[in-house]
Amino acid sequence: MTIDWESYETNGFYDDMMIGPGRPREEARTVARYLASLGTEEIRSRQQAAETAIEEMGITFTVYSDGGNIDRAWPFDIIPRIIAAAEWERTEAGLRQRLRALNLFIGDVYAEQRIVKDGVFPGELLANSKSFRPQCIGIPPPHGAWAHICGSDLIRDHRGDFYVLEDNLRVPSGVSYMLENRLLTKRVFGELFAESSVLPVADYPNQLFDMLGSISPRPGDFPEVVVLTPGIYNSAYFEHCFLAQQMGAELVEGSDLVVGDDDCVYMRMIDGLQRIDVIYRRIDDLFLDPEAFNPESSLGVPGLMRAWRKATVGLANAPGAGVADDKVVYAFVPKIIRYYLGEDPILPNVPTHVCLYEDERRYVLEHLDQLVVKPANESGGYGMLIGPTASAAERAEFACRIAADPRNYIAQPLVKLSTVPTVVEDRVEPRHVDLRPFILQGERMYVTPGGLTRVALRRGSTVVNSSQGGGSKDTWVMEGPR
Amino acid sequence: MLARVAERVYWMGRYIERAESTARLVNAYTTQMMDLPKAAEHGWKGLVDIVGANPAFDASYTTYDEKSTTAFLIADADHPGSILSSLAMARENVRTARDVLPTEAWACANELYLHARTHAGEAIGRKHRFSFLNAVIFRCQQITGLLAGTMSRDAAYEFVRIGRNLERADMTTRIIDSAAFILLPRKATPGEYDNILWVNVLKSLSAYQMYRRHVRNRLVADEVIRYLLKDRVFPRAVAHTLAEGREGLASLRHNGGPLLSLARAQARTDAADVAALSLDGLHRLIDEVQADLGDLHRQIAATWFARERPVQVQAQSA
Repeated sequence: MTIDWESYETNGFYDDMMIGPGRPREEARTVARYLASLGTEEIRSRQQAAETAIEEMGITFTVYSDGGNIDRAWPFDIIPRIIAAAEWERTEAGLRQRLRALNLFIGDVYAEQRIVKDGVFPGELLANSKSFRPQCIGIPPPHGAWAHICGSDLIRDHRGDFYVLEDNLRVPSGVSYMLENRLLTKRVFGELFAESSVLPVADYPNQLFDMLGSISPRPGDFPEVVVLTPGIYNSAYFEHCFLAQQMGAELVEGSDLVVGDDDCVYMRMIDGLQRIDVIYRRIDDLFLDPEAFNPESSLGVPGLMRAWRKATVGLANAPGAGVADDKVVYAFVPKIIRYYLGEDPILPNVPTHVCLYEDERRYVLEHLDQLVVKPANESGGYGMLIGPTASAAERAEFACRIAADPRNYIAQPLVKLSTVPTVVEDRVEPRHVDLRPFILQGERMYVTPGGLTRVALRRGSTVVNSSQGGGSKDTWVMEGPR
Repeated sequence: MLARVAERVYWMGRYIERAESTARLVNAYTTQMMDLPKAAEHGWKGLVDIVGANPAFDASYTTYDEKSTTAFLIADADHPGSILSSLAMARENVRTARDVLPTEAWACANELYLHARTHAGEAIGRKHRFSFLNAVIFRCQQITGLLAGTMSRDAAYEFVRIGRNLERADMTTRIIDSAAFILLPRKATPGEYDNILWVNVLKSLSAYQMYRRHVRNRLVADEVIRYLLKDRVFPRAVAHTLAEGREGLASLRHNGGPLLSLARAQARTDAADVAALSLDGLHRLIDEVQADLGDLHRQIAATWFARERPVQVQAQSA
């Protein structure tokens, strides 16, 4: 048997590979033809080979559960997701624009708050934001960059237009899987790379290192960069190791670091203490420094905020950057872009109702069965209501929650996420996907070509989170045939 | 390098070596038991005696039969000294020190552990035991070889090497002790199987061939013990492992305490006159050398791994 593209139904969704039955998109034609030439038996055996490679390479993520932490093999589907280069160019410009504006916003929030004074952004949202850090007021980080590493989640609607679903500005993860996915595809579909021009992603660790170096307090010297991990039990530990290794940086835990009397940060080496310049921290703000934040935290480094405020060490992302990683702030990003840059947003938001406003709240409560409701400060797909599929009781419960704490909720229409052909047993079927590109901002900016595609493996599902049964795909930004 | 990472790679060196030497030990012991079917009844206890884990064994098993003792040493996930547990710990230590080790080391340690987790249970039966144990030995050596062939001779490498040699010294002294316990009392009137037993002692340390080439003498108890304790060129002889450890320590800074401790162990093995020692005397000597090794470990930990605040690391037993 072979893959029968003639019977591949897109069901009214935008499919990244197929326009309709038997009609591949121009940029995907080579890949579709190649896949059809393999036969389903061959595809299944290559999927199997990829899974074996994942186990051998130890590509895992950790799931928290009652029975302890489980290391699961990274779920990967071998059929790549293809995006036309021209489409990507525009998207990339939109991502740069967005992060520039968000960094200006964060800087303003911790300085004069012009945007509030000018009546563009409601001050009350800052007053009770869970991620606003008074400790950051008045600090000007190098290059005006607060969110140095941003992972924005993009989706495509039924027309194929890209929308931003959320911006992850705290400690976004997933980039190591993007890199490993490419290595896996090269192993599994090596032949395809000979005839296709796929934009390479492997430069990310170098770009990350250069960006981190650019925020060193001792410019000129070779910067001592470290990756600060909460430790082996963190779900992204694999990634922390991976990035440290790829950058040639030390992977440190809080207990490896100490802040000296000179307010500089040192790491404990076998020969004694050694000063460090930049910390790529993968620990949440509140655990960073027990002196400044949660005194119970044993993950962080006492005095770290003191050092950062005195600019003896660079922190990426800067503390407090999470203030812009809030689903209510998200609703204002188009306005934020216009305010700081005087430009029209290149990438649109998904239309968002802010429950803080009474009229919008009323609309949300009346249309709960058509909307997706999200709390402002959760991630990983937790604490959401998917109105159209929820029970009446669940909707009633959410109505209560919204009424009790309106500032904490937003609602959006259910977007018909695009699909990509995915291996399902011995067939290929469409499955819904999203996309997380990674954007860096230090002295310069960088955007990964493509990003991490996450795929909902259950038929009809739109939940792509790996902690909830999602998988992933390699993402190819490709020139069409010439 | 980071003190914490130094500790992890040191333990990785120890656990890889522990898995390999335990595999050798069980392998040789099984072969020996096949030669001595009549002794087999009581003989399996010796296996647990050598590793000195009798209390742990008694807590989970009732009889020292073949099935229980081999299960205990090969596949018991609750016994920290089993091959399976050693490989799990080696893997954890590689995992937490991945940034200083070659990428392939992680892949090898991970695959080896996955292999053991799947197949260790089958190795309790004789049918698959040799192939499993040989695979473990082979793959541990693969890791050792990989590190030797790809790592710069920096501090990370030296800590692996020190860990490996300390562990080797530990296993060799244990094997000498247990063999002496059985065989020395019969020195004057050797039994008909005693030669076979000494051959197996050597084989359990992969020392038989080298012994034959380097010791022209007849195969007798004193010579075997002298060889395993004092030979300077055989890699598993105590004197050699100590010399290796010394070289490793010499390249690190602040090494005074550990070097002193190591010198004490070296002096003790060098001074021992094996032929003149009574069984008790030998046993005491081995006890003292083991205590020296324990002290050396503590010196190393205090010099290079110590930090003011404790970290949550898995319990690691020396």
